[in-house]
Amino acid sequence: MNVPSPQPRVGDPTITPELVSEHGLSSSEYEKIKEILHREPSFTELGVFSAMWSEHCGYKNSKRMLKLLPTKAPWVIQGPGENAGVIDIGDDLALVFKIESHNHPSAVEPYQGAATGVGGILRDIFTMGARPIAVLDSLRFGDLNSGRVRYLFSGVVKGVGDYGNCVGIPNIGGEVFFDKGYEGNPIVNAMCLGLMKKDSLIKGEAEGVGNLLVAVGTATGRDGIHGATFASEELTEDSQASRPQVQVGDPFTEKLLLEASLELIHSGYITGIQDMGAAGITSSASEMGGRSGNGVEINIDSVPVREPNMTPYEILLSESQERMLVVVKTGHMKDVKNILTKWELEADEIGRVTDDGLFRVTEGDQTVVAIPCLALTEDCPTYEREGEESVQIKDLRSRDLSDLDTKPSNCEEIFLGLLGSPNISSKRWIYRQYDTTVRTNTILKPGADAGVVRLRENNKAIAATTDCNGRYVYLNPRTGAKAAVAEAARNLVCVGALPMAVTNNLNFGNPLKPEIYYQFREAVLGMSEACKLFETPVTGGNVSFYNETSSTPIYPTPVIGMVGIIEDTANMTSPLFHKPGDSILLLGNNTDELGGSEYLYVVEDLVAGEPPEVDLLAERQLQHCVLAMISEGMLQSAHDLSEGGLACALAESALGNKSNQHGVDIILQDRLDPIPLFFGEAQGRILISCDQSSSSRVLQVAKNHGVPCHEIGEVVSPSDGFKIAGRTGSLEIEIEKMSDIFFNSLPSLMGKANKS
Amino acid sequence: MKVAIVTFPGSNCDYDLYKCVQFIGGSPEFRWHQDSSLGNVDVVMLPGGFSYGDYLRAGAIASMSPIMEAVQIFANSGGPVLGICNGFQMLCEANLLPGALLRNESLLFSSKEVILRVENNSSIFTKSYEHHKTLRMPIAHAEGNYYADQEALDQLEKEGRVMFRYANQSGETTIESNPNGSVNNIAGIINTHGNVMGMMPHPERAVESVLGSVDGLDLFKSLLAHIVDPRPV
Repeated sequence: MNVPSPQPRVGDPTITPELVSEHGLSSSEYEKIKEILHREPSFTELGVFSAMWSEHCGYKNSKRMLKLLPTKAPWVIQGPGENAGVIDIGDDLALVFKIESHNHPSAVEPYQGAATGVGGILRDIFTMGARPIAVLDSLRFGDLNSGRVRYLFSGVVKGVGDYGNCVGIPNIGGEVFFDKGYEGNPIVNAMCLGLMKKDSLIKGEAEGVGNLLVAVGTATGRDGIHGATFASEELTEDSQASRPQVQVGDPFTEKLLLEASLELIHSGYITGIQDMGAAGITSSASEMGGRSGNGVEINIDSVPVREPNMTPYEILLSESQERMLVVVKTGHMKDVKNILTKWELEADEIGRVTDDGLFRVTEGDQTVVAIPCLALTEDCPTYEREGEESVQIKDLRSRDLSDLDTKPSNCEEIFLGLLGSPNISSKRWIYRQYDTTVRTNTILKPGADAGVVRLRENNKAIAATTDCNGRYVYLNPRTGAKAAVAEAARNLVCVGALPMAVTNNLNFGNPLKPEIYYQFREAVLGMSEACKLFETPVTGGNVSFYNETSSTPIYPTPVIGMVGIIEDTANMTSPLFHKPGDSILLLGNNTDELGGSEYLYVVEDLVAGEPPEVDLLAERQLQHCVLAMISEGMLQSAHDLSEGGLACALAESALGNKSNQHGVDIILQDRLDPIPLFFGEAQGRILISCDQSSSSRVLQVAKNHGVPCHEIGEVVSPSDGFKIAGRTGSLEIEIEKMSDIFFNSLPSLMGKANKS
Repeated sequence: MKVAIVTFPGSNCDYDLYKCVQFIGGSPEFRWHQDSSLGNVDVVMLPGGFSYGDYLRAGAIASMSPIMEAVQIFANSGGPVLGICNGFQMLCEANLLPGALLRNESLLFSSKEVILRVENNSSIFTKSYEHHKTLRMPIAHAEGNYYADQEALDQLEKEGRVMFRYANQSGETTIESNPNGSVNNIAGIINTHGNVMGMMPHPERAVESVLGSVDGLDLFKSLLAHIVDPRPV
């Protein structure tokens, strides 16, 4: 392609190797840019390449591995590459969903960082033509005994809450995990689900040469310039100075944008729409041009700005929030303006769709940028890096755990310690700050294995969950990633949903370090294997590298966001025990595994050992088995076993939502010591309860599915307490004592008295 | 029962209310904040949400919008007006109800199920409830801490215009059962003429058992019964 040369602008700095490097580009990448353009780029063009070829936009260190993930299934309408994934859920309806990270902004400005994270993911959903129906958040922080961590945690929770509450999207679940491994670099991943008629799907494409490019929403300011590049670097002592790079959110404008966008999409006056997210106008315009095969031309003087004297460089790279780029059919600008004016939104024509394939920017009658769209979106160099496991982690994993005292005399004390650990205790302090019931469709709220929203159109419901135990992934990335997928699927089947598809958020350290790239590669391989076997294709997601502070990387945390369908809401199941006398059964086998467990972390202050083994075939049988039981209406409750093992799962099912509590009387026949038996985190286990009269049928269904199943006890009245007897040790505690610790631990850590 | 549901920029419970009115057999119609007329309707409902982003104060800007003049006229002529959550805040800002909703005592947004005690079942909004019945329904707000000065409060109490109070499962109005610090555990009040009610909890989120509670149903049924047979209660 013959690429025209832009005129140099007065005041542009000369491009030097240092300047190139400051823009996060290597010298070979710079050479490639010159090759594409057949000339030196201008300063503005350098900025454009820097953003589009950043890790955040260009996926340069991840793309090759991501190709290994399964992305197809008959029900997948839209896989990776668009604003969000889309699946067919029958009855002419489609579910749109995606997860995205906002880790770096949240590390320096937790409230705005988290709020704008939610804002961004909502826009990804409604720009596909879908109305957002639910939000989930997946969070990781350091130890809550640190004041800085409490500041980050409370700010993030408030930011997630305020934004979603204001827009009016219920938060239906998610997870939070605390471990010193996330001390300076929290993880803030937000997932959104949207619903639409299948034929309302609209893509981010610049169709129709001559159509208008219209900027909608807030004016462009100097906030968030180079946010995409910022997100592609490690956090350092100086990162606090980057606070101006964090965008500021306005959920009120977002709500208006949401309503206006859906109205625009249904009006037929527009052919494409996209959020101006990371790398702002640059990415939205060049991506829309690239996907359609057309070009785009932007007249920089027409872009509404908040401040005087903004340069093309600043305007193109600003990440001011709540802005959209819309492609308007010729002749319909007035109609579009009418809709937007109703919602009190500004709309300005800033350019048009061209046929030359170029991302062209003009200022007055001068061209300041002329780059082939596809060079920005497709030609970003991709790398497969060196990967080698860290010797230190290898040692931790092979640590001999056999000298642990697995028959201690103080099992009760250990148990209460675990129940009070913020990783296990009730998360009410968090989700009570989230509106969970707006839209009046939430039928299973946060605190259950998965969140569920019913569909008004039929009897079905959508279930969603996010999962990942970063400790497992740290100790063994392949096993840990499999475990994350398996846990997500277990959580869905526990509420009665068939797992359908995955969106993933891959949070890792610096991929240029061999030990990090090893984690990334292994995790993708594990995830790929599990998703293939479970038939849950990955329809998109997000990669967040460079999650390091002062060169200490976070635990590798590939968060799995999984969605599933409940065919009939009448068969939805919750984790809570129902009534005294019900039989309690355990599906799956107990083992002596303790590696990577919450027990080791809380009691021994240790993150070591081989994480629990994941048998994917057994997991799949277990999923089918539980779904069969639920669809036949046999179960009163179903609950996945995870952190804290069997004892903690029993406690969660017994303590419920605090109002309807039960006791349990459990007798375990396993030849295992109390510690692994009570607190081990063996995978592939689900705790179920049923009416006593159904237990023989339940055992039969399990047998038919080849799933180990044992009746281990019964639900009793709360005054009869919580009793677990093993062969070589037992636990017996009052429900009130457990309840107090379980519900008050997080509020008291956060310094607030827990009311009611 | 024809119900006008007013949508303000930032309203987010308008659709929920619409579905709820449909569900109980009423005929809902949306009105836009810039409309100057309500049309021919039996009831007006102001939904929850964050009208105008809660800028200035929750409900403050909405109370000045064009439609509110029509709501004032409708209310002054005796038409039933129900404000829920942000709608309650608007009614206070518009001086259709006394007092104000302050920040929650905890300073945090509070989203949970609360228990309400029916204080007065002789209004057009509550006549289908038993006196002192306890109800379960969700709250979701950051500014629900009801406050009125002593004189206004005395008057509210003396005239029996407190409609709902936060209570515990036994129906006792304790400090622990008060989710936001409201004076006298007040969750909802009515005006002197008995035709304008505001409440912080969301009855429209408690009308189907699948949503966890049906205790909001009788409020809408009370209104429906009143429209069909508007004899004084």
